[in-house]
Amino acid sequence: MRYLPHTDEDVAAMLEVVSAASLDDLYATVPEDCRRTGELDLPGPLTEWELEERLADLARMMAVAPDYKVFVGAGSYEHLIPQSVVHLISRSEFVTAYTPYQPEISQGTLQAIYEYQTLVARLLGMEAANASMYDGASALAEALLMAIRVTRRNKVALSQAIHPSYRQVVRTYLSPTGYEVLDLPYMANGRTDLSGLRSMDDLAACAIQSPNFFGCIEDLQPAADLTHDMGALFVTAFTEPLAYGLLKSPGSLGADIACGEGQSFGIPQSFGGPGLGVFASRMQYVRNMPGRLVGLSEDLDGKRGFVLTLATREQHIRREKATSNICTNGSLCAIAAAMQMASLGGTGLRELACLNHDKSEYLKNALAATGIEVAFSSPTFNEFVVEFPEGKATYRRLLEKKIVAGIPLSPHYSELENKYLLCVTEAKTRSDMDALVREFAS
Amino acid sequence: MKEFPGCTGLILNEPLLWERGKKGRCGMSLPGRDVQPSPLPEDLIGEPPDFPDLSEVEIVRHYTRLSQWNFGVDSGMYPLGSCTMKYNPKINDKLARLPGFASAHPLLPSDLAGGALRLIFELERFLAEITGMDAVSLQPAAGAQGELAGMLMIHAYHKSTGSPRTKIIVPDTAHGTNPASAALCGFQPVNVKSNEQGILSTEAIAQVMDENVAGIMVTNPNTLGLFEENIREIAEIVHAKGGLVYCDGANMNAVMGIVSATDMGIDVQHLNLHKTFSTPHGSGGPGSGPVCVTKQLEPFLPIPRVIVQNDEYILTEDFPRSIGRLHAFYGNFGVMVRAYSYILSMGRELKRASQLAVLNANYVKEMLKGVLHLAYDRPCMHECVFSDKIQKEHKIATVDIAKRLIDYGFHPPTIYFPLVVSGAMMIEPTETECKEDLDLFIDALKAIDLEAKEDPQLLRDAPLRCKVRRMNETEAARHPCLAG
Repeated sequence: MRYLPHTDEDVAAMLEVVSAASLDDLYATVPEDCRRTGELDLPGPLTEWELEERLADLARMMAVAPDYKVFVGAGSYEHLIPQSVVHLISRSEFVTAYTPYQPEISQGTLQAIYEYQTLVARLLGMEAANASMYDGASALAEALLMAIRVTRRNKVALSQAIHPSYRQVVRTYLSPTGYEVLDLPYMANGRTDLSGLRSMDDLAACAIQSPNFFGCIEDLQPAADLTHDMGALFVTAFTEPLAYGLLKSPGSLGADIACGEGQSFGIPQSFGGPGLGVFASRMQYVRNMPGRLVGLSEDLDGKRGFVLTLATREQHIRREKATSNICTNGSLCAIAAAMQMASLGGTGLRELACLNHDKSEYLKNALAATGIEVAFSSPTFNEFVVEFPEGKATYRRLLEKKIVAGIPLSPHYSELENKYLLCVTEAKTRSDMDALVREFAS
Repeated sequence: MKEFPGCTGLILNEPLLWERGKKGRCGMSLPGRDVQPSPLPEDLIGEPPDFPDLSEVEIVRHYTRLSQWNFGVDSGMYPLGSCTMKYNPKINDKLARLPGFASAHPLLPSDLAGGALRLIFELERFLAEITGMDAVSLQPAAGAQGELAGMLMIHAYHKSTGSPRTKIIVPDTAHGTNPASAALCGFQPVNVKSNEQGILSTEAIAQVMDENVAGIMVTNPNTLGLFEENIREIAEIVHAKGGLVYCDGANMNAVMGIVSATDMGIDVQHLNLHKTFSTPHGSGGPGSGPVCVTKQLEPFLPIPRVIVQNDEYILTEDFPRSIGRLHAFYGNFGVMVRAYSYILSMGRELKRASQLAVLNANYVKEMLKGVLHLAYDRPCMHECVFSDKIQKEHKIATVDIAKRLIDYGFHPPTIYFPLVVSGAMMIEPTETECKEDLDLFIDALKAIDLEAKEDPQLLRDAPLRCKVRRMNETEAARHPCLAG
């Protein structure tokens, strides 16, 4: 086996040093009744070439571009990734290192993460961002736990226009400790209805996603003001951070914590993971923040460098009193996101965000022109909800044409029968969209 | 004189991203505009983000230079205890990047995602076979989330029996993530000390186990690199009082094909695909922390799960007793592809990988015994723990030895952990290190020991060959500067 370097001669010499008669003998301390009987029943070993074939066969069973036109977003977005980013993120000094515990030989990771934290903070208009969480969903759950720690209150209010899976994850994280999750319904225009908020007492946080699950851009400022009036923290979530290349930032609209999914920046969709949990807050709350943080420092000679910092919040020191149990996070994805953000620059990011918005408007308008109803009237970013008159039949018909026309909303919202959530990014051309409209109208 | 890998070379300085560039540059080819602008209402639009504008060349040089300041497994031996820094096969990265996987949307209808679903299903079966458990969920995104999943299941199990419990036993040799994960479920950790042999005694567990204890979190092999020999009896004590046994499988690399978790009395165990199953550590993630359970706990596994129905792989949430969802989708699929590929490449040889990992650790232990103080002089599993007791005489601490190792061209071991050994150095060579490299590493530590006697200041000043010298970490924490 090419990954195992030991020759028989090596093994014999080493066994002699450790005074063992055989490899099995090394396990003398393992009691007989703990041992498995029989060899591992696994396929293989395969050669590199057999392996490639087997995996290629599986990969071929997947419906992906260019064969399929997939107009689906809902938390995972098809964005173009330049080869420069693919190349740089494959450098094995990034790929095969671990958490930068030894700063002297980890300055590459540390500076890259410090830059990531900075770009995220600037994008979201926040003061501090951490080194990343697992994904948008766990980032939101951890944000709410953080708000509970900061306010010492026990309830959180969640907009129902937050990604349904994110809300499920929040419930998983919050339910065993008895924290209460209250729902804020959405209005006919697709935005969150805040009218019930004022009557919710003991509120630690109010969380709203913008653009929300329906693609609608929320009116964050009034929500922030109302939440602050009640002494709670305002948490904003997102699944599509590219929107903030165009929209006012959550920080400028009163967010105390802004968190969500960063997959849109340079990370392949990869069937939903790994993604990138983006997490930022105001500086005053930073000691309550979960996750790793990289800070600026100096070495013995006064030379600029970077270190992991504020570790006393973390599990390896604080144990059960830690701000989170997170340890391994999503560093490589965070570095990829920084590479993509840096490749775009401020100018490019604005242009790309406009392009996404304008393309999705094109499809929305073209579908509306065929008589299809657009479900919500609020402005949207790159996703929107429409009603297919014959629902499932229409959806299946388009699938046969290798067009995946969004996802049905009824499994998550029973009242939204025949409503579909569609997404358009820069990866779709006008002719892709025209083809969808044509097939739809036929 | 042997030649060690440590060397000086030309390292290039590189400023921060925003200290470079010029407004108006762009490092990415944007697709052409083929639709008319359709402006949003003015009141929604913000200022463009204050990002530097850089060309593609600037980006490439920036990150190439940064990468050269890093040490990875591909650079050299990285014996970071408890982290299993084994070689990460290159073919696996290529396979994870196949367009069918990398470009796949997670919400495709299941008949259009058969390849990924089948891979998940099969990998779960492989891991069940390797651990000896009945059912697996790949959803947890890292080891700590796998622990959380395990704790949530134990919590849900007790709740379902109508008598929720409040405490959990956590030995002093546990990873810091263990008590933190337990606390997330509202459990109060009950600390138990390991005995003079470095393992748990049945008496210590019997003393604290009662009807209010939900279970125990054991790491086996433990963080001293020792096999918990009493695990079966401990499990019996815990089970007899209605508790469950959780095993932190971070150290699984020692025992693949050797032990059976079910036979040891384990009810739930997590694995780290980024340790045992060779997926890259990525400078600190993404990892993957599958959770494996017995039949009894299967109904509580996270949803959605992949099942086979009418010969088709589908996703279902139809498990009413499930703890719920832990991830927006199904976990870190890209990491799963790599682990699946690794297991297929290794097959039954996984057992030999474990044997050689244990051989390497025992070899290092024997060769360095006496040079460094060995905390527990017993046969070890895949890692061994030394301390700075001998070098203290020359006012040299573990950190100095670790930093000096860097000059010799090795990544230091895990230091100051486990907490039960003062000044610990936890060395996990892994099976992919060859004997010659182990010998060089051993010689380096012997040379450092000599230096400690003859020129201790050299160690206190180390490392001397890196881009930066020792960093001022206290000041960084006192006045945190987290963004530029």
